[in-house]
Parts: sequence; C-alpha cells; structure tokens
Amino acid sequence: MPTIELKNISNFICRNISATISNGELLVLLGPTGAGKTTLLNIICGLAPYEGSVVFDDEPIDAIPISRRRIGYLFQDLALFPHLDVRRNIIYGLSIKKWGQDQIGARLDEMCTLLNIGHLLGRYPKDLSGGERQRVALARSLAPVPRVLLLDEPFNSLDIKTRKYLRLEFKRIVKALGLTTIFVTHDFKEAEEVGDRLAVIESGRLEQVATPQEIFFSPNGYKVADFLGSPNIFDCEGYEALGNGLVKAACEGFTIVTVWDKGDLRKIAISPEDIYVSRDEPPGPPINRFRGTIVEEVSSNSLITITIKTETKDVLARIRKEDFLAENLSVGSDVFFILPLRNLKGA
Amino acid sequence: MNRVKKLTPRWEILPVAIFLALWEVVARLNLVPGQFFFPPFSVVMREFGHLIANGVLVDNFLSSLIRVLIGFFTGSLAGVALGIIMGWNEATNKALHPILSLLYPIPALGWLPILMLWFGIGELLPITIIFICSFFPVLYNTITGIKGVPTGFIRAAEILGASRTEILKTVLVPLALPNIFTGLRLEAGMAWRVIIAAEMVAIPTGIGALLMRAESLIRVDIIIVCLIVLSIMCLCFEKFFIFMEHRLTGKWG
Repeated sequence: MPTIELKNISNFICRNISATISNGELLVLLGPTGAGKTTLLNIICGLAPYEGSVVFDDEPIDAIPISRRRIGYLFQDLALFPHLDVRRNIIYGLSIKKWGQDQIGARLDEMCTLLNIGHLLGRYPKDLSGGERQRVALARSLAPVPRVLLLDEPFNSLDIKTRKYLRLEFKRIVKALGLTTIFVTHDFKEAEEVGDRLAVIESGRLEQVATPQEIFFSPNGYKVADFLGSPNIFDCEGYEALGNGLVKAACEGFTIVTVWDKGDLRKIAISPEDIYVSRDEPPGPPINRFRGTIVEEVSSNSLITITIKTETKDVLARIRKEDFLAENLSVGSDVFFILPLRNLKGA
Repeated sequence: MNRVKKLTPRWEILPVAIFLALWEVVARLNLVPGQFFFPPFSVVMREFGHLIANGVLVDNFLSSLIRVLIGFFTGSLAGVALGIIMGWNEATNKALHPILSLLYPIPALGWLPILMLWFGIGELLPITIIFICSFFPVLYNTITGIKGVPTGFIRAAEILGASRTEILKTVLVPLALPNIFTGLRLEAGMAWRVIIAAEMVAIPTGIGALLMRAESLIRVDIIIVCLIVLSIMCLCFEKFFIFMEHRLTGKWG
C-alpha cells in the first residue's frame, strides 16, 4: 500500500496543506463542520479541483482520472446503489473492471467472510439496518483492492453502541489489510479510538498532525485546544502506585487517582464535559472529589461552560443548561466537582 | 390457502354491481325523461355484442389501437432517448431546452389543423398527434429522472472505475426508471383520450369516428359502448405500465 504525500494542496477551501501518510497508517482527519475535511478527501480522489500535488509512492496522481486512481471511498451517506442487491453492489467495481466470473466469486467470498455479510447478499439496501449498510458499503469499497481507503464520517448516522462496535471492527479490518487509510470525523473520542495519528484541520488549514495523546496534551495553538473543548491539564509532581493499575498522583495541589501503568506519569487531563458538578456534596469516598467556586459562566447552545476556581488551579467544566438551572448555579456558587476515573487521561 | 383467497368475494365489485343495477332500474322505469337518451345497461350490452358480431366495433377498435400503439411507442421511445441524452449531456440540454420549452405547452390537438394541411387525412395524421402527445411528457419525465439521480451515486460509480457511458447504463438509466414509468403511465391513458378526440374531429375511422356517427344517428347505446371500450383501454394501458414498473423497480423502488 502506498505512502500518500500531499504537497501544498490549495483550493477554494483548503489552504496550502502538506502532509505525509505512511504506508499502512490510519490517519484521522479531525475538524469541525466546514473545516475542509471532505474537500481534502475529494481532492485526493480527484473529485474536487486543486492546486499542488497528490503523490502516491513518489508518483504524482494528479493527471490520473478518478476511475483509475484505485481509491476506496466510503461516503458519509454510503451511496449504496438502491437498484442493486448487496451482491451486485459489492461486485459493481469488479464487473466494471471486467474481472472474470471466478475471480469475482472468490473476491465476493473474501469480502463476505471479512465483513460477515454472506447472509445479506440477496437483499436490497432499503432492507438493511444501518450497521449492515455500513458493512456492505465498506465491502464495496474494499472489493476492487484499492491502494488507499478514504472514509468520510461513515458512522455518523448510527446509534452510539453500533458506532463504537463498528469502528473497532473497522479498525481491525483495515489494520489486517494493511491499507493506508484516511478517516474523517469531527468527534475527538472517535478519532483517538480509531487513528494512529490525527490531523486537525480548521478553516482549510492543517493545524496539527500528531498522535491523539500529543494533540490532547499539547494542542498546537488555541484553535486546536478550542476544538478539543479546552481540556483541563494537570501537571503532576509525583505519584505512587496503589496496585491494580491505579496510581495516586499529586498534580497542582490536587490528589488525583487514575489508571496508569505506562511508566512515568507527567500529566493528567480531562475534558470539561466529563466533569460532574453539583451544589451538594456528592456521596461516596472522597476520591477525585474537590471543591471550588464558580467564577465565570459562558453559555453556548444547550451547554454552559463554567470556570471553577480552586485554591491552586482554575478548572473548566461543561454542563447542560437545564442541569445548571436545576442545581440553581450561578457565578459565586460554591460547588463540588468529581473527576471520574474512567474519563481521566494520563501522559 | 390460495384457493380460499380466490373464492373470497371481491367486495370492490359490489359498488359497480349496485351502480349497474340502479342504471338498469332507472332506465327501465323511465325515471329519466326521454328514454332514447338513456338506454338500460342490458340494451347497451346487447348492442355491444351486436357490434362485435358484425365487426364494426372490432374494425374501429383495431384502427384506433394500431394508431395508439405506433404513435405511443415511437413517441415514448423518442422521448426516452432524447430525455436520456438531454439529462446526461448538459450542452445538448442547453441547446434543445429553449425550443422544446416553446413546443411543450402546445396541446397535442392544437397541432391538428397544421398537420391536416401537411399530411392530409390519413393514418399519419393521428399517429403524429399521438407521437406529439406522448413525446413531450415522457421526455420531461426522463430528463427529470436522469437529473434527479443523486450525485453521490455517480461519484461512487466513478470512483469504482465506471466510465461515463457505464455510469449512464448502470446507474443513471436504472435509477431514472420510476420517473420514466410515471411519464409512460400518464401518457398511455392520455394517448387514448387524444386519439378519440382526433378521430372525432378529422379521421373517418376508429372509435372516435364511430362515436361521432352514433351521435349523428342518436344511438346513445353505441356511444356508451364506445365509452366503455375507451375506459377499459385506458385502464388496461395504465395497469400494464404499473405492472411493468413494479416488475422492473418493485424490489428496490
């Protein structure tokens, strides 16, 4: 599978984007709506005009027509042909390329085994569930043996449970095939679960390309930090192991218990929306429970971001407006907050 | 199970039976003034049989049927073919759209006087009228169908390696079929209405001409027979296209 190089890519949305995606790497293109994620995918497969160059293994593909770029593309709406049953959808690309019947049959069997969709072959797309449609669309993209796989927010329309299951399944399949893959999403949690590296794109510019952990703990500039939801990052001065993979760390005046078994713990981070806030003292042991005073509230849509001042550090929390009102909170309120164990990230 | 289903009475027939019975009773009891203008259903059916037996109805019906089939088939075929080209190729669409937009609003029968002068009274006249009647609606439905195919399907086919011609054959035309059939279905009935009108005005043979002769002879029974034939043919044509549409697109449409 090729290494993809994007050299000074510009068009009506993208601005001078350069990046390299290694052979077999799964890069997640992360950014808000309208940032240029889909446009960049369209550029790579030749569907959008651009300046600059797209290179596969040192060979520029800019002059190669879309139909000969050998790219697998999973659209956001999947674009399964409604008039073809699952079997004919999957083999569409193979029939177009005039594969022999034996080859088509063998490849179809491979796809059915890989994605566990053998029982769906006679059905039409309208008779499939959301998850089944995703699998069939992925099979159709993979069947013609693409060199590169592009996925444009493929799991968006699914419920949370199916989505989580499918993205793990998807990662397993892509890694097993060793495909160079670009996966687009606007969800950081999805991105960190799926990607080897993340590329954060904002207003057509590539702001940062790094591992999920690097991006979360060291966002490159306020745009990236803002997109990630401005996570709270605690610098740790020391920690002691509690056993069972747990450690107790001293971080900027907070004693935080977290899961950690990867060597030296330097930082702990948590997203503002993962913090529980209440006016009354929460029940349970006094672990990861702290007190502070609300010093600022910023409202946006259905959420309110509050700044909680403690003796040593200001902590950001994001809660639903209705919860904020139900708890009768306002600037000046003394509150308790919890840093849930499973939402803490270490570095 | 199927046998039981077959034996189950079709309740849709009941209103028709009541209507026919009422018709018969009202006509027989002379409840409508001027009985010549309102013959009983049984008299109409007797005349139906008589007209079939003496060949008048069959001859006129076949004349109309052949005109409709030829005109409708050629008009639809031309409409579908040009519609596909115009829906697919924007340059052709831009070149032909203005002139076709001017011609489309003209009612098919509006062409009758000029066509009579050009072609004279002959078979070509009604066939051309039916051609025009079928061509435009089928053309516009086909263009709408082709243009209405979501871009995502075209892009997906393109990325999977399909050429423009392959995209047309394997994606655009199949996905435009429901629209094309809507045009065909509507125009199949319309073709019969138009041929009757054309035959009534200008052609000496066919169901329309028979209607006009019956009118001049004050034979309401024959007029009703012709209307029944017309109704059945419109219904048959429409049902045929519903059946074909279901056969071709029912599994996924």
